[in-house]
Order: sequence, then C-alpha cells, then structure tokens
Amino acid sequence: MSDLEQFRTQTREWLEANCPASQRLPVMAFEDRCWGGTKWCFVNEDQKQWLEVMAERGWTAPDWPAEYGGGGLSKEETKILREEMYRIDARPPLFSMGLSMIGPALLKYGSEELKRQHIPNIVKGKIWWCQGYSEPNYGSDLAGLQTRCEDKGDHFLVNGQKVWTSYAERADWMFCLVRTDPNAAKHAGISLVLFDMTTPGVRTSPIKLISGNSPFCETFLDDVRVEKDQLVGNINQGWELASYLLTHERAMIGNMGHTAASEKSLHQHAIDVAGGLENGQLGDTALRTDIAQWEIDILAFELTQERIDDETKAGTGTGATSSMLKYAGTELNKQRFELLTAIHGQAGLAWEGEAFDDGLLASQWLRTKGNSIEGGTSEIQLNIISKRILGLGQKA
Amino acid sequence: MALVLNEEQTMLKESAQGFLSEHAPVSQLRQLRDERSETGYDKATWQQMVELGWSGILVPEAHGGLAFGHVGMGQVMEENGRTLTASPLLSTAVLATSAINYAGSETQKKALLPAVVEGNLLFALALDEGPKYRPSLVKATATASGEGYVLNGEKQFVADAHIADRLIVSARTSGDANDAQGISLFIIDSAASGVDIERVHLADSRNSAMLRLSHVTLPADALLGEQGDAASLITYLTDVANIHLSAELLGISQEVFERTVQYMKERSQYGALIGSYQALQHRAAHMFSEIELAKSIVIKAQQALDVNDSQLSLLASACKAKVSAVATLVTNEGVQLHGGIGMTDELDIGFFMKRARVAEQQFGDRRYHLQRFASLQNY
Ligand SMILES: Cc1cc2nc3c(=O)[nH]c(=O)nc-3n(C[C@H](O)[C@H](O)[C@H](O)COP(=O)(O)OP(=O)(O)OC[C@H]3O[C@@H](n4cnc5c(N)ncnc54)[C@H](O)[C@@H]3O)c2cc1C
Repeated sequence: MSDLEQFRTQTREWLEANCPASQRLPVMAFEDRCWGGTKWCFVNEDQKQWLEVMAERGWTAPDWPAEYGGGGLSKEETKILREEMYRIDARPPLFSMGLSMIGPALLKYGSEELKRQHIPNIVKGKIWWCQGYSEPNYGSDLAGLQTRCEDKGDHFLVNGQKVWTSYAERADWMFCLVRTDPNAAKHAGISLVLFDMTTPGVRTSPIKLISGNSPFCETFLDDVRVEKDQLVGNINQGWELASYLLTHERAMIGNMGHTAASEKSLHQHAIDVAGGLENGQLGDTALRTDIAQWEIDILAFELTQERIDDETKAGTGTGATSSMLKYAGTELNKQRFELLTAIHGQAGLAWEGEAFDDGLLASQWLRTKGNSIEGGTSEIQLNIISKRILGLGQKA
Repeated sequence: MALVLNEEQTMLKESAQGFLSEHAPVSQLRQLRDERSETGYDKATWQQMVELGWSGILVPEAHGGLAFGHVGMGQVMEENGRTLTASPLLSTAVLATSAINYAGSETQKKALLPAVVEGNLLFALALDEGPKYRPSLVKATATASGEGYVLNGEKQFVADAHIADRLIVSARTSGDANDAQGISLFIIDSAASGVDIERVHLADSRNSAMLRLSHVTLPADALLGEQGDAASLITYLTDVANIHLSAELLGISQEVFERTVQYMKERSQYGALIGSYQALQHRAAHMFSEIELAKSIVIKAQQALDVNDSQLSLLASACKAKVSAVATLVTNEGVQLHGGIGMTDELDIGFFMKRARVAEQQFGDRRYHLQRFASLQNY
C-alpha cells in the first residue's frame, strides 16, 4: 500500500471513530457551524468535542505548518482528508475568518512573533476574528479608506469608523485596514493592523438586516491604542496584503454554491412539496426545466472549480480566476435560494412559527443576497475580469 | 481523472489548430457557399485530414485506426468550430464510426472501418423524421422479406446524405410510431434502387438532405445490431453526437468571443474605444465566465465517453444544454457588439451564428436536453 493509501485508510478509521453522529448532519442554523472564540456557545457537547479532537491534530487547518499548530499535511493528504470528511458528511469543525483570511496572510507576511502569538489560537478556534475593511464612504472603492493610524512612538493610535463588520459584537480581535500615510497615493498609504476588540475606544453597534438577523455592525474606533508589534508586514504594505486576503475571501464565498452530499437536491424538494410526480414528472413543467437548468449550471460550476484546480496543479492555469468563480458561484447560490423559496411557495416565505423552522428558509434566502455584495460586488468582479483578464479598459 | 488534456491530446489540438487555420479557415466555407459547391466540402482538405489520421481517431487499432479516444477527437471538433470547416468528419469519423464500433458485427467492422480510416467510405446518419430531434418517433418501416428486409419511409434533415456512400437509417420492425422499442438500424447503400436523396440548404451552408425510401430491399446483414433493439445504440449515438457538437459549439463560442473582444479594442466611438465602456465590459466579462463553465463540462463529458461513465447520458445532456445556451448568448452578443458591420455578410461573425443555431438543433436543442436531464434524474 502506498503512503497515501495508508493515510487514507487511517484517516477514514480515525474519522469514523472520532466524528460524532450529530456532526455529520447537514448544517441548518448558523450555530451548527462552529466559529470558535471566547464568546462562542457550543450548541452541544459534540460540537465542542469535534473541534477539540480535530484541533489537537491541527486538522482545522490541515495544510498549515505543524510548528504553529497546523496539521502539516501535504496537498495530497489535505485533499484526502477533505474527501474522507465529505464521504461521511462531516461538518468542518471550525469555520472562521481566522482560517480563511487572516491566518493565510499572517503565514505569508507576518513576523515570527506574530505567527507564534496568533496562528495556534486560530487553529484551536480560541479567537474569533473580524474584518475591518469597509467604511461608510468606501466600499467598492476600498482603497480610499480614511480610518487614520498615527505613529505615537511606542504605539499606534487609530481613529475612524468601519461598517458592515461581520460579527463584530462577538469577535475577539479585528484585522483592520488603516491609513498610515495620508499624503501617499491612495493604494500606497494603507497598512494592516491587529487589535483586541476589548481595547478602550472600540465600540460596536449592530445593524439589522433584511433577513431579520443582525450579524454585522458599525464599528467606531476612537483613540484606539494598537501595539506596534501588531502591524502585519511592513508599514504602507497594507493594500498588497488586503488584495491577497481578498482572493482567499472570494474563493470561500464563491464556494458557497457547493451543496453537501447529504443536502436534499432542489428537485427532491420540489417532488416532496408537490407530494410526488405526475406521469413520472414534476407536474409544474416550467419549474422542472428551471430546476434542470440550475442543476446543470451548478454541475458546470463545480467542474470548473475542479478543472481550475487541476490546471493549477498541471501548471497550465491561466490564473486570475478567483473573480470569475466568485461571480459565478454567488450568482448561482442566489438562484438556488430563489428556486427553493419558489418551490416552497408561501411556506418558503414564512417568517415565524415552529411549523416553518422559525422562518429559516426565508432568512437564508435573504442572506444569499449579500453573497454578490460581500468580498467585492459582482460588478467589481466583472470589472476585474474585463481589465485583468480581457485587457479591456484603456481609454483609446 | 484530472480535467486537463494530456500531452498527446494537447499536441493533437495544436496541430488541428495549425492545420485548420492555415488550410481551411472560414473563407473556405464562404467560398463553398458562394460557388454553390456540389459536394459542400473541399475534397482536398478532407484528404489531408485523412492523412493527418483524423478519420481514424475513434477506430480501434485492430481495424487500422489510432484509437485515440473522444477527448482527442473532441479537440479536433473544437478547432473545427473555430474555423467552421465543412467536412465529413462528424457524420463519418464520429457518428458512423461510433455506431459501428458499438453495434457492428465483426464482419461489418472488418468491411467498413478500414475504409473509413482511408477516407474512401462516407456515411450519413438518418434518424430524424421531422425538424426537431425525436429519435423514437419512427414511422419508417422495415418489413421482413425473404432473407432480408424491405424499407419504406421518409427521413428529414440528414446531414451529409447527398455525399454519403452509405446511410445508417432507423426504421421500425415492430411497435407503434412513438415506441422506444421496436426500432432497428440498417446500413444502406445510397445508390440502391428506391433511395431518393434531395439536398436542402440550411442557414449554416453545410450539407443536409431529405431522404425517401421506397421499397428498398436489403440483405439480412444490412442490419446493424439486433433487430428491434436499437434503443441503447440510439441513446449512445445521441450522447456521442451531442458531446461532439458541444465541442464544436465551444470552439465557435470561443472564436466569436475572442473576435468580439478584439473588436472592442479597435473600434472607437465618442472618442473612446468601445471596450472602455463598462456596459460592454460587463457583457464581455459575463461571456468569459460562461465560456469557462462550458469548457469544464465539455471535457468532463468527453472523458465520460472514453471511460464509459455510468452517468454518460446525464453528462451529455448537461453538456449540450449548457453549451447551447452559451453559444446562443455569445453569437448574439457577437453580432450586437459589432454594430452594423455585425449584420453584414462580409464579416464572418454571421457564419458562426448560423452554424451555431443548426448545431444547437441537431440531436436536440437546449430545451430537449433540459427535459432529458430531468427525466434521467427521475423528476
Ligand atoms: C453580508 C455582508 C457581509 C460583509 N462583511 C464585511 C466584513 O466583515 N467586513 C467588511 O469590512 N466589510 C464587509 N462587508 C461589506 C462589503 O465588502 C461591501 O458592502 C462591499 O464591498 C460593497 O461596498 P458598499 O456596500 O459600499 O457598496 P458600493 O460600493 O456603494 O456599491 C453600490 C453599488 O454600486 C456598484 N458599484 C460601485 N462601484 C462600481 C464600479 N466602479 N463599477 C460598477 N459598479 C460599481 C456596486 O456593485 C453596487 O451595486 C459585508 C457586506 C455584506 C453584504
């Protein structure tokens, strides 16, 4: 048996023995996915235990270096682990911006001390990170951001306002883009700093969304003291880091279109709601073709993720595809929920009541509308494709 | 299997691209059309394709072919889409070859496949009896007579029928007009008495014809496969045809897209390149994204043919439905973004649009395949 086959067998056995049954059920509510951090309330013992056993092996971040607590697995082993988890419908033990965003940036740009301080805690899910990028006047045009960061000798002083900060209320730390040189060109005067959300001067105020939830906040920063060693990379290197982070964020958001193996297919939803087939077909023939079109599109999308992966491995990739995947993936995820609510009719739009899972579907549907806004809007992705890939945009 | 071409497939693609762009670009099709060519294809070009081995890509080595597989053939088809080269490739080297490989007796394979490889024997596949693809709607009949059969009926829109030496025809040996069972396929000599072929001209300037069969007598060994049991062969041919038409449509879409983006970088209005206008940029970027999706499903479906995937029909229908939608989008946008010049016969864009629509209809359009996809998933 090759080493990889052996790794697969061992992983399979270990997962079977260690992944609790409740952690193999489809993710329904927000809390079903563990985000970690000091304020996290585990939905049950299983969720806590699953996080702990996985984190102990570093398998919450399987391909990160073992010296910082990561799994130290090769690309191939990481893929096997993912496949084996997918096989048994195991939930990811941890889901966080630490894993998907600031962690990779720290590994690439952070000092040795910063890595030692933060990476192990990200792996273990001890700290919930939030992202302080957008400001009231600078969203798509992020590089215009105005939150000031002054050098006060032994520390920095930060003043300004952030908005749309997801989960700022529950987060422990923020990675924050700030302006360190107001006189430089807009992309050249930005830095990335880290601070504890309990630092004096940090205040958050929740914003209620169309889904009825308030997952994000306005974040006010008044004379917030940031230690000098919490600068990631060099001073004024922030835009480069932010761009690096954004490709990671886009890959993650674009991936939301993915349906887990255990999730009910759209056509099964439709069959169940209709109470069966008529002459072997869905009675609503227009809905039938809408569903078929979506199922074909999502198949093409998943195959594209696979192909781009394979091309990267084979060294034949064209690169710059994260924008395309983000655009296509988020638009498809929005369509999925348009179809789901349509399939369920008025029950799909119920807002309250136990019979309707307290309006879960309606709030999920509304949440997906943000997919094509967060992490750079669809329009911005199309701008990037036009300019960087197609070379359009010169003014003649 | 990784969704990338291996080295040999990449080489084949590159050589096809080189050959076609040099020897059979769109101007060749234009000339064939303008001259109202008898054959509708250029014989010398076909001879060169044969010399390059393309007629034998799908033929097993035992019968003189290259056994290079559908991913390989798909690359040639895709490049053919970029140049709109008219040739017997699809009818003979893809469809007839696949039919004979799948259902032919050893004797039939020995007699026919080497001649296909040599490029001397051309075929046409005659399934349709109407303008829309409905392969089980077969009214043509084959009645047992002596040792053999007598065929009667009409077939419509048979690609390449008037240049074919042999026709592969579906006819009913039992059952009612719309039964999937009871259909048989026969190989007919196109010169046989009672065979009447009338050429029709479609928008794409490629070969098509109406076929009338009156009391055509056939020997028993004209039967391809088992009598009354052609359903699985027809399913297979539906999959093969649609996957290769998809490759052609993908080639068409990419070519039109690249020409359109190029035009956006050349044409100025209001003192600026039209490619600098965001309304147009976003349409181009959307097409780029759609073409990327199409590429992935095409290569997956080609691989499914080569490994005889159990999901083959599902992938074939997903592939044709997706790529047809993309080709419709891109050819329409291609004309629109060229403005008035896009409407002229002088520009090639119109040729691509016309060929795309015919290829989309052949063997089932997007709607047909959406329905087939749904049925295959039992809903
Ligand atoms: C669910 C969700 C979670 C988020 N989480 C966070 C977070 O944790 N941290 C954080 O910092 N931010 C977060 N954001 C903010 C997000 O990044 C911004 O909303 C986004 O970048 C858009 O900025 P804006 O809201 O200011 O919209 P605007 O930039 O004002 O855009 C308004 C409209 O104009 C269009 N537009 C703008 N510029 C152009 C252009 N050049 N060309 C064409 N069209 C254009 C946009 O596409 C959009 O349709 C989140 C947003 C959402 C919806």
